[in-house]
Amino acid sequence: MVFTRFVEVGRVVMINYGPSAGKLATIVDIVDSNKCLVYGPTTDVPRQVITFRRIALTDLKCNVGRGAKAAALKKAWKADGIEEAWKASSWARKLARKEARKNLGDFDRFKVMVARKQKSKIVAAKMKSMKA
Amino acid sequence: TTRHSAKMKLRQFQVIGRRAPTDADPNPPAYRMKLFAANAVLAKSRFWYFMHQMRKMKKTTGEILAVNEITEKNSRIVKNYGVWIRYNSRSGTHNMYKEYRSLTLTNAVEKMYDEMAGRHRARKSSIQIINTGIVPASKCRRTTVTQMHKSTLAFPLPHRVQRAPAKKYRSTFLATRPNTYHG
Repeated sequence: MVFTRFVEVGRVVMINYGPSAGKLATIVDIVDSNKCLVYGPTTDVPRQVITFRRIALTDLKCNVGRGAKAAALKKAWKADGIEEAWKASSWARKLARKEARKNLGDFDRFKVMVARKQKSKIVAAKMKSMKA
Repeated sequence: TTRHSAKMKLRQFQVIGRRAPTDADPNPPAYRMKLFAANAVLAKSRFWYFMHQMRKMKKTTGEILAVNEITEKNSRIVKNYGVWIRYNSRSGTHNMYKEYRSLTLTNAVEKMYDEMAGRHRARKSSIQIINTGIVPASKCRRTTVTQMHKSTLAFPLPHRVQRAPAKKYRSTFLATRPNTYHG
């Protein structure tokens, strides 16, 4: 089992628990084997010590020095294109899809139902033509 | 029995006091102590505890000139704190030097009290803090602290045991066995 996501300075993490839940931040320093200092100036995550239990490591890493301050972090975030890379990742797309589905109105749900019926009609027709 | 009270946060105070001035001694020397206590009242009490151990003065014969809280200079960076303590064990009194990584000195001292209670069953009342300070990384002596000093420190989080994001999503039984590998 190879590990590709590491706790290291610059690793972008998703906060899972607490007031900043659902937001991205960067690991700015490691306190000990259970805690790290995270900061997300562009994502409204205040600079704080957080336990690894409350974060999930992502594949993204930005190039900052240990103990980086807001300006350096913002610059590195922009230089490494973290926002765009995150939005393009399947993790972020899944979260967005979940969010979109949660916020559907009744008419939207009707439209989804119609679209699914159209899709399954096309798939069934294709299956029938392939079997024949 | 379960405790339902929250532990009070430790704060650092500077207490300055002296023996009350008399006709014979109109200007007695003042002493300053830096202490850790939950509030100023406890800080003053601790001041007298130490002062009457070390000098001929006590609360009734002395006066406190000032109590000021000392706040952390920079609570946004991780520092290595050294704490020198003297504590009473069941069979003697010993000195100890302990190191902690933390953002603030008060947090490091809280960790010290918790560690002493856990490792040595020493209660707060049996511990006297002799000295505290920020120790530069090159001078740190404890491996649990120095192992975090590597500039290229990186480690994975193997076997991540999941926890429900909120109490309401907790359940005793799950349909599928949880996945503990997350890269």
